[in-house]
Amino acid sequence: MITLSHYIVLGTILFCISVAGIFINRKNIIVLLMSIELMLLAVNTNFVAFSRFLGNVDGQVFVFFILTVAAAESAIGLAILVALFRNRATINVGEIDSMKG
Amino acid sequence: MSLNPTVLLVIALAPLFGALVAGLLRNQVGRIGAHTVTIAGVALSCALSFHVLFQLAWDGAEPYNANLYTWFQVGGISAHIGFLVDKLTAMMMVVVTFVSLMVHIYTIGYMDEDPGYQRFFAYIALFTFSMLMLVMSNNFLQLFFGWEAVGLVSYLLIGFWFKRPSAIFANMKAFLVNRVGDFGFLLGIAGVLYFFHSFDYATVFAHSDSLVGKTLDLVGGTPWSAATVICLCLFVGAMGKSAQVPLHVWLPDSMEGPTPISALIHAATMVTAGIFMVARMSPLFELSETALSVVLFLGATTALFTGLIGIVQNDIKRVVAYSTLSQLGYMTVALGVSAYAGGVYHLMTHAFFKALLFLGAGSVIVAMHHEQDMRYMGGLRKYMPITWITMWLGSLALAGAPGFAGFFSKDAIIEAVGEAHRGWVGSYAYFCVMAGVFVTALYSFRLLYKTFHGAERFVVDMHHGHDDHGHHESGHLAHAPQESPWVITLPLILLAIPSVLIGWSTVGPMVFGDWFGGAIHVAERNDVLKELSSEFHGPLAMVLHGFAQPPFWIAFAGFVVATYIWLFNPAITAKFKAALKPIYSVLVNKYWIDEIYQAVFARGSIALGRALWKGGDVGVIDNVLIDGTSAGVGRIAATVRWIQTGYLYTYAFAMILGLVFLLGGLWWVVGK
Repeated sequence: MITLSHYIVLGTILFCISVAGIFINRKNIIVLLMSIELMLLAVNTNFVAFSRFLGNVDGQVFVFFILTVAAAESAIGLAILVALFRNRATINVGEIDSMKG
Repeated sequence: MSLNPTVLLVIALAPLFGALVAGLLRNQVGRIGAHTVTIAGVALSCALSFHVLFQLAWDGAEPYNANLYTWFQVGGISAHIGFLVDKLTAMMMVVVTFVSLMVHIYTIGYMDEDPGYQRFFAYIALFTFSMLMLVMSNNFLQLFFGWEAVGLVSYLLIGFWFKRPSAIFANMKAFLVNRVGDFGFLLGIAGVLYFFHSFDYATVFAHSDSLVGKTLDLVGGTPWSAATVICLCLFVGAMGKSAQVPLHVWLPDSMEGPTPISALIHAATMVTAGIFMVARMSPLFELSETALSVVLFLGATTALFTGLIGIVQNDIKRVVAYSTLSQLGYMTVALGVSAYAGGVYHLMTHAFFKALLFLGAGSVIVAMHHEQDMRYMGGLRKYMPITWITMWLGSLALAGAPGFAGFFSKDAIIEAVGEAHRGWVGSYAYFCVMAGVFVTALYSFRLLYKTFHGAERFVVDMHHGHDDHGHHESGHLAHAPQESPWVITLPLILLAIPSVLIGWSTVGPMVFGDWFGGAIHVAERNDVLKELSSEFHGPLAMVLHGFAQPPFWIAFAGFVVATYIWLFNPAITAKFKAALKPIYSVLVNKYWIDEIYQAVFARGSIALGRALWKGGDVGVIDNVLIDGTSAGVGRIAATVRWIQTGYLYTYAFAMILGLVFLLGGLWWVVGK
């Protein structure tokens, strides 16, 4: 029997992977975008799980919105990435440090 | 019958008008215009002053006291411009304007070749205006205005030859020393205002008794008599202006100015302002025995010890300057024994003969082509007979030869001191004024002998061109000395007349009578002049009596000694110098007072200024507050900037960390 806690544990694992992906990753900005997506998916998992558990459809409706926003955000993120690559000829996270104090 | 305020206004403002025209339009009016307009203004003042004096003295006019203009009103205290003209004021007005007129005329000759001719006339006319405002004032504030204005003009005139470093040093010194005095004076006026809530003389003097028994807590919780504190503060002002020990140091140095102003400002009028002021404040000074004793002590010290310096000076003007200090000491002594009328009377006679001596010295200086050192003079009597005779008359008056003006005033003072009951201070003062008589005779006749008698100690050297007027070798003249022009000798003659004669008609009423009336107030127990007046039987009797008195014989002894040393046996001075070397060096160095002031106050100020500059300004303000702040910001920023790596993951980490703390904190708070 798969219970609510299994979903929550899954969501937590996904979230932690994505967090780790964000700041352990030293190579590629695309990985960073992917990690953000994964983080949203972890949240979505929680929403769906709670929605099913509570018998309330609101959470699932929210997931649709999040997916839409995530798609738009990815599009913008990739567009910025293209612009960045044109200007700096790199997408290596370790080299992008113009905000260094 | 009363005085006309318009006349009084004209008296005060005519010299101001002359000063403004001569000063502001100096290029338009030219030299002749400048001296014409200032002399006309001062002559008008002088004539009207005589008129006012005659009205008061003979026509029985009431003293004039009224406010003419309200300057400002603050919190129930109003400051006015007004005139108080009683006999004391009228006498001062006549002395000031008469001496000023003489000096104006004299200046035409003395400053003939000076490029600052118009400026000089503007200054001395401005001085006359300021001095008149001082003496005619009916309140403390206007008095202070005149007081500061005469100080300012004195400063300007001492530094008249502003390219000479010594003149600039002297005028700064005069200004700074006078600041010390003026500070005390201002405190005194503040004290008067505090206790009487008024600047007005009449109001203050009418309620002067209310000061009795009042005290002030100054230091250490000891109550001080309010009258003593106020009088001492006022007297500090008088000490500055009238050059009493220890604030006397500026007067000898003020001789750097042109000779006419030495005569006008630093002998006859301005320096007597302190004497006049104390006499005017007599209702206050009478309240404090302590203050009068201090006045007496300082006056006696000044009278004797500055006179001693005069004996060893070689600069002709400085001898007269030290003589002025000594005579001012006599006047102060008179004030100290409550013989205000005697002090003011000596002020008047001294104004005439000391102005005469200064102008005579100036005449000699002109003849000697601006050589002032008496060691290079001698035998001048046959070249300049008028100057010689008038100088003799002035010196006899100064030394107190019976019958001359100085005799009456000085004798009155000495007798008043002898009569006063002032304990050891009185005895000390009596000794000082007696010894001072000898000293006075000594330096007066020394000056005459060294200048006019004996061998000529200068060489007439025709090889120097006539244009070569600048300072060359001392004692070498381009051509023989000659008598000064009439503009110089006329004032000498006109001043010699009162120096010789004025005592006969005035001593009776002014010193021993009640001529000053309400202007001078003397408490019954202090009234030494009244005690003396019972022994006064007219001036002739006083002269005859004078021959039998110690002061005459002391002065005569001084005359004999001076004659022997400097006329018959000048070589003996070298022996005296060698024998009395310690005393001589004390006198030549003026008791090292200048050096002490230089070391303590001048160096002290410089050291204090340097400490504040290095420690306060550079150390604290620059290094800590201003540079320190910016450096601190830089250091903090340099520390903090390593957080800003510029890497996305660092910022993300910080965000997550922040989130964790935020949520953790929230959970912790809510969970409780």
